[in-house]
Amino acid sequence: MTNTKTHQTGSRPHAFMPVLDAANRIILGKETEVRLAAACLLAGGHLLIEDLPGLGKTTLAHTLARLLGLQFARIQFTADLLPADITGVSIFDREQGSFRFVPGPVFSQLVLADEINRATPKTQSALLEAMEEGQVTSEGETRALPHPFFVIATQNPAHQIGTFPLPESQLDRFLMRIELGYPGRDAERALLASGGRRQAVEQLASLLPPEQLPQLQAEIANLHVAPALIDYIQALVAASRHSPSFRHGLSPRAGLALLAAARAWAWLAGRDMVLPDDVQAVFPSVARHRLHSAQGGGLAGTSDIDALISSVAIP
Amino acid sequence: MSTAQPEALARDVPPWLFAAAAVTTLPHALHLPLWLSLLTGLLCGWAAWLWWQDRRLPRRWLLLPLAVAGSIGIVADFGTLLGRDAGVAMLVMFMAMKLLEMRSRRDAMVVILLGYFLLLTHYFYSQDMPTGLWLLLSLWLVTAALIRLHAGTIGIRENLRYAGLLAVQALPFMLVLYLLFPRISGPLWGLPQDAFSGKTGLSDSMTPGSIANLVQSGEIAFRVRFDAAPPARPQLYWRGPVMEHFDGTTWRQSRQRRAPESIQPAGPTIGYETTLEAHSQRWLLALDAPVTLPDGASLDGRLSALAQQPLETRQRFRLAAATAYRFNAEEAPAVLRDNLQLPPNSNPQTRMLAESWRQQAVQPERVVALALRHFSTEDFYYTLQPPLLGRDGIDDFLFRSRRGFCEHYAAAFVVLMRSAGIPARVVGGYQGGEMNPRDGYLVVRQSEAHAWAEVWLANRGWVRVDPTAAVAPERIEQGIANALPFGEPLPAFLQVRADWLRDIRHRWEALNNAWNQNILGYDARRQRELLSRLGLPDADWRSLAIALGVACTLVLALITLWTLHHRRRVAPELMLWHRALRRIRVDCAPGETPLALAARVGNSKPELAADFAAVVHHFLLARYAPENPEHLAALRAAVARLPRRRNP
Repeated sequence: MTNTKTHQTGSRPHAFMPVLDAANRIILGKETEVRLAAACLLAGGHLLIEDLPGLGKTTLAHTLARLLGLQFARIQFTADLLPADITGVSIFDREQGSFRFVPGPVFSQLVLADEINRATPKTQSALLEAMEEGQVTSEGETRALPHPFFVIATQNPAHQIGTFPLPESQLDRFLMRIELGYPGRDAERALLASGGRRQAVEQLASLLPPEQLPQLQAEIANLHVAPALIDYIQALVAASRHSPSFRHGLSPRAGLALLAAARAWAWLAGRDMVLPDDVQAVFPSVARHRLHSAQGGGLAGTSDIDALISSVAIP
Repeated sequence: MSTAQPEALARDVPPWLFAAAAVTTLPHALHLPLWLSLLTGLLCGWAAWLWWQDRRLPRRWLLLPLAVAGSIGIVADFGTLLGRDAGVAMLVMFMAMKLLEMRSRRDAMVVILLGYFLLLTHYFYSQDMPTGLWLLLSLWLVTAALIRLHAGTIGIRENLRYAGLLAVQALPFMLVLYLLFPRISGPLWGLPQDAFSGKTGLSDSMTPGSIANLVQSGEIAFRVRFDAAPPARPQLYWRGPVMEHFDGTTWRQSRQRRAPESIQPAGPTIGYETTLEAHSQRWLLALDAPVTLPDGASLDGRLSALAQQPLETRQRFRLAAATAYRFNAEEAPAVLRDNLQLPPNSNPQTRMLAESWRQQAVQPERVVALALRHFSTEDFYYTLQPPLLGRDGIDDFLFRSRRGFCEHYAAAFVVLMRSAGIPARVVGGYQGGEMNPRDGYLVVRQSEAHAWAEVWLANRGWVRVDPTAAVAPERIEQGIANALPFGEPLPAFLQVRADWLRDIRHRWEALNNAWNQNILGYDARRQRELLSRLGLPDADWRSLAIALGVACTLVLALITLWTLHHRRRVAPELMLWHRALRRIRVDCAPGETPLALAARVGNSKPELAADFAAVVHHFLLARYAPENPEHLAALRAAVARLPRRRNP
C-alpha cells in the first residue's frame, strides 16, 4: 500500500474480478447493477432490490451466494409469515427432556428475503432487527448470527396489491437500493435462447475461499480516503439538506454509508484510493431510498438526485 | 464555452449591464429634457429586446447617424456641448447607445466604467440622502456587473454577495477619504458655472407679485437652532435685502455705501446657529437685530448681515441677535433724504391722504398709528391673488382694489410715510418659521418670505412697522396658512392639515437635516477640529496627504492581515489544477469529476487529450492518494507540458 507505484487511478486486477465476470455471465447485460450489488456486500451492507416480479432479483441474490461460497437461505415473505418463521423456535426434545432451539433461516450467511414487503410489519421488523444487531434474541436468549451476514431483500414496487411498504427507518438499514429494470435486446434474446438461468445458477461453483471475504472487507474498510474526498461527501450530504427538492436531507449515517459504498466501488475499480467518481457512482443507490420528494410522498426522483450531484462542486 | 471567439460576451452578461445602465441613468430623467429621456429609454428597451429575442445587434452605420442626431439635439436644447447639463446629457445618451454595440468584453467594460462615472454626476444635482442611498444601490449593481464579466458563470445571489462584500471592504477607505481628504472651503472647485442656476430665494428687488410667487414654494430656505428657547413667533423677522429706491413699480436696494451702524441692544442676546441653503446671494438672513456675526461677515449699514461671497452651497453660521434694540438713533441727513424719495408726479391720491394725516397729527408716531388704523379699519383683504394694478399702483391699491399681499401693504405704507415726510423703507426677508419637534430645529421655508417696513423716528432710530400685521394679524402670529381667506388655493404642502402627515414630514425633514448637519456639513473647519483632536493642529494639505496615505496603508494592512488570517489555504495541487484548466481554456462544471472532464476534453480537443489525461492522473494522485510530494512534482511537470495559453 505504501509503495507509490501501486497507486493507480485506473484499474488493476483483483481477487473479485472472476466473481463479477461469472455473475455477468448469469445476469446478462446488468454489469452496473451486479457491480453495485457486489460493492454493497463488500462494504458489509445489506442490499434491497426493488423491481417488478420476474426481472431476475432472486437470480442475482442466488448467484452471489453461490459464487462467494456463502451459506444461503431463502425466505419467501407472505402475508401470514410469522417472526418465528424467520428467527427460529424452541421445541421440546423428548430424549433430552429439555427445550431445544431450532434456528430459523436467518442463521445463514446470506439471507434472501424475497418480496419482503408482502409480510406484515411485525415480521418485517424481526428480520430488520437481526440485520441491525447482528444477533437474534429469542425467548430471553441472545444468539449471534454468523459472520459475514448479508441480507438481500427484494421488494415489489409499492403500488402493487397486497404490499406493506417498509417504513423509512427500516429502509435506512439497507446500504443500497438498486433496480434491475428490463434487460436489453441482446441480453433478452440470449436469455430466451438459453431457456432460463436457474439451471446455470445451480451449477455455479464457489470462486472465493470462505475466509477471504472478511479479509477483503477489512481491506476495503481501510482504503485510503483523502480529506478532500471527505469534504466532498460532506458537501453532498449538506446539499441534500438545503435542497428544496427533498423533504428531509441525508442523515450522518447516510454519509457513513456513502463513504463505505464509495470505498468498495473504488476497490472494485481496482484503485486503492477513493475518487469523487466513486462517490458519484454509488450516490443514487445509497441516497435515493433515504430521500423523499418534497412534492408528493414518494421517493426522490432520479432527476432530482442527478441535479443534486451536478450542483455540488467537487472541493 | 467558446474558444473560437474568446472575446464574445456570455449570454447572461447583458442583463447585468442593462441593470447597471438603468440605475445609473434613471435619476437623470428628473432634469434631462423629455425627448432625451424617452430616447434613452427607447434605446435601452431596444437593446434589451434584441437580447431577449437573441437577435443581431444593429450595424454600426445605423448607430452613427443616431449619435450625430442626438448630439445635434443636445446642442439645440442646451446651446452647448460643454458644462454640467449638456455634458451629463451626452454621457447618458452614450450609455444608452453603447448598450446597442455590446459585442465584446471591451464594450461591456466601457458600459461599466461609464456607469461608475455617471454615478458621480448625480452629485452635481443632489447630495441628499435618497440620492446617496440610490447611488449605493447603483454602485452595488455596477460592481456586480463587473464581477459577472470577469468571474465567469456565477449565480445571481453569489454575484450580488461578492459585490456587496467588495463594497463593505471599501467602506474603511471611504471613511478615511471622507475624514481626511482636503476640504476646500468656499464654492466647489471646478464645478461648471451652470451648476448653480435655478436656486430659489429672495431677490434683491421687489415688484408686486414677486414674493407671492415665492410663497408657492415649499422649499426650505434655512434652518435655525437656538441655544435657548426660541423667541415668540411675532419677533422672528429674518432680514434680507433693505430696499430704499422706488421707481413707481419696483423697489431696489440702494447702491450707496453706508457708515457702520450703531446697535444698542435693549434686552437679552439670543445665540443661534443657522444652516442656510444655497441662494446665490450674500445676505445671511439674520434675526433682527444681529449683535454677533460669524467670521468674515459684515453689516451693510442697513442692518443686513452679508457674507463675503454669495452662498452657492449650504453653509452654517453662528450668530447672536437682540430682538429688542435701538438702531441708528442718529442718522446721516443724506440717508434720511434718500428714504424720503418718491417718483415725481405719481400716486396723487396717496399723497393727499398722507398730507391730511400730517395736518391732523404733528408727531410722526401719530401718523404711523393713523396709517395702521387705516389698514385695519378700512376694507382691506389679505390675499395671494391680488388684481393687477395700473400706472399709479399705490393709488390703485389703496383706493380701489384693496386686496394685496405683504409686499403691497409694505410698499403702500412706505409710500404713505414718505409722502407724510417720515423716512421709511421696505425690508425683505422671512417671517416666522415652523418648529420641528423631532429635532428642535426651526425650519424657515420660502413660503415664509415676507416684506415689512421700517420708519426712522427721531431719538428712536429705525423702527420696524409691519402693516401686514394690521390687516392680517394671523399671518404674523400663526403663519400664512391661517391668514389666507377660506377657499383660496394654497401651495400644496401647506394644505396638509392632518397631524400624522405633518408628523411624517417633520420626521423626514429632521432626518434630512441630520444628514445635512452631520454628513454634508463636515467642512474644512470641522476637519481642522478633528485633526487637532487627533494631534495634528494647523494641518496643511501636505500633512493631510501624509495622514491620508498613512491611514489608507493602515486600513489596507489590517484588511490584508485579516484576510490572510481567515483565508482558507488553497492546496497546491488545486492551484496547479486550476492553472491547467486556464491553460486549456476549459471550465469545470460543478459536479463534474476530473475523469469526466478528461473524457469531455478528449472529445472536444483531441489534440490535448493525452497531455490533459496525464494532468488528470497526477492531479487525482496528488489530491486523493496518501500524501506524497512526488505526486505534486509529477503534477507540476504534467501541467508544464500543456501548451501555453496564447494572449487573447
